Amino acid sequence: MNLAIKDIRHGLFRFVLTCLGLGLLMTVVLAMIGIYNGLVADALAVVKAPAADVWVVEAGTQGPFAEASSIPATTRDAVARMPGVAEAGAITYQTIEASHAGKTLRLYVIGFEPGRPGGPQRIAEGRGLGRSHFELVADRKTGLVPGETIRLGRDRFTVVGLVEDAMNSGGDPAVYVTLADTMTLQTTMDPAAARVQAARGDGGLRAPTVAAVIARLEPGADVALLTATVRQWKHLSALSQGEQEQLLLASVVDRARRQIGLFLGILLSVSAVMIALIIYTMTMEKLKQIATLKLIGAPDRTIVGLIVQQALILGISGLGIGLALILLVKDSFPRRVLLEPFNALVLTGIILIVCLVASGLGVRAALKVDPATALGG
Amino acid sequence: MVPGDILVDVRGVAKHYGEGETRVDALRSVDLRVHVGEVIALLGPSGSGKTTLLNVIGCILAPTAGRVELDGDAVFDGKWLRSDLRRLRLDKIGFIFQAHNLLPFLTAEENVSVVLDLAGWPSEKGRERARELLDYLEVGYRAKVKPALLSGGEAQRVAIARALANRPRIILADEPTAALDSGRAQLVMDLLRKLASEQKACIIAVTHDEKIFDRFDRLIHLRDGRLVDS
Repeated sequence: MNLAIKDIRHGLFRFVLTCLGLGLLMTVVLAMIGIYNGLVADALAVVKAPAADVWVVEAGTQGPFAEASSIPATTRDAVARMPGVAEAGAITYQTIEASHAGKTLRLYVIGFEPGRPGGPQRIAEGRGLGRSHFELVADRKTGLVPGETIRLGRDRFTVVGLVEDAMNSGGDPAVYVTLADTMTLQTTMDPAAARVQAARGDGGLRAPTVAAVIARLEPGADVALLTATVRQWKHLSALSQGEQEQLLLASVVDRARRQIGLFLGILLSVSAVMIALIIYTMTMEKLKQIATLKLIGAPDRTIVGLIVQQALILGISGLGIGLALILLVKDSFPRRVLLEPFNALVLTGIILIVCLVASGLGVRAALKVDPATALGG
Repeated sequence: MVPGDILVDVRGVAKHYGEGETRVDALRSVDLRVHVGEVIALLGPSGSGKTTLLNVIGCILAPTAGRVELDGDAVFDGKWLRSDLRRLRLDKIGFIFQAHNLLPFLTAEENVSVVLDLAGWPSEKGRERARELLDYLEVGYRAKVKPALLSGGEAQRVAIARALANRPRIILADEPTAALDSGRAQLVMDLLRKLASEQKACIIAVTHDEKIFDRFDRLIHLRDGRLVDS
């Protein structure tokens, strides 16, 4: 006879409500884990998207994500000719706001040269850029659909394809356009502003610039040698893919990551205290019954089993409800909530340990109760 | 009576709480023998030591001094002689409580069979024995009902069934009729007497209920921790 199950079934409504409460708490914990993962994944997505081996950026900067970087567009040709480089592409990043369907969209515009590194790796819907101007591939979270048009700067672009999970570390969804179009976007000013500039005598031509040049290396090529060679050019610096990712995590998202991490720690502590309190209270309410069980001869293992099993059922049910809820609502969050099976596994481990430790308090109280309590005075 | 008939043998048992000026003597050199089939009552004012004596016999409370033998086994002689006191209670002692103390999350049948489950009976045999006892106590028709839905009399009969389930030879009862009306109290006592006789058990009950005094073989009076007469 399983006393734990019998007791739960006896007070099923109350137990379910308790599990639901714990489940909601677990939902918040899982949401925070998901947001934390999403933040890191989003930040890295934009760096990983071009599948580069080396990033060539402006000297003295940690661009193009941690700091602004501007190098001559012709750098791409110089890098492409270096020994060990299989292919190179120039790339620009720019955040702009655009109006669409009565709403203001904040977009992360990535300019690349079609046919060269820097474009989207996988098109989820539609096609990639086919023309050299006025087409764009957008992240699905922009809300844009293939065939739609949107005005960026002074030109109107047609959406030809959609990608997924392409955004910057701030969560702004990305749109891919040709490098030529982004250069126009960067340099084409409002006519009134252009007239003011011209009146000041600042109407001269400037050499086009890009944020970075990315290079993919031939198999067996030495990344360190290439970056060292690039750094010999006084106006350029080079970072390996690993360095770029580390730089992004350490500088751009580090504070937000630590903030969420700390909040997650507090949430887990609160959850642990809540679980401990619930289990302890559940046990204290049963002290007379436990005394009766002891009096009629129940061994300690029966009493410990009753408390520990209920604690584990409570914890696992709460976690299950939390998981179900977060999977149901995660796509409604404005930013990506990314949950890995590993996270659920670790949280399950933590909850099991918390339940066992918390039930220890209840077990201690139960084992101390005098069987004579059942007899009364 | 022959010596083998003695189920409870308490000799020179004393129990005190605290020391010095705060010392309270709950029991002072109590001697008591209860034989097979005997139904005895422990009487006395509040604080006289009735419950303490019941707890000592029930192996719930260690005396300060003395010797206790239950069903021929020495269980206390200055110290507990057995480490598995709960197993001893499970095998030899049945308890009936004033407030019946049925486990609220189990049905009447399960409240009885839980004892047998703890004693290691196969569950089907345990359920059979529980149903048999409940039928015998004329409460079998309430076997699947939880205690909250039982009347006071029904609950007390289920509690008696639980106390008897593992065929203990010593039944300790704390105010077994306190929650019952006069008629039901007489019935419960008659039933206990019958069971004691059939199962070759003894019954020791703490009671204040004068209406059932005639149902006991002996009335043991306690005052200030001493047996006054028996």
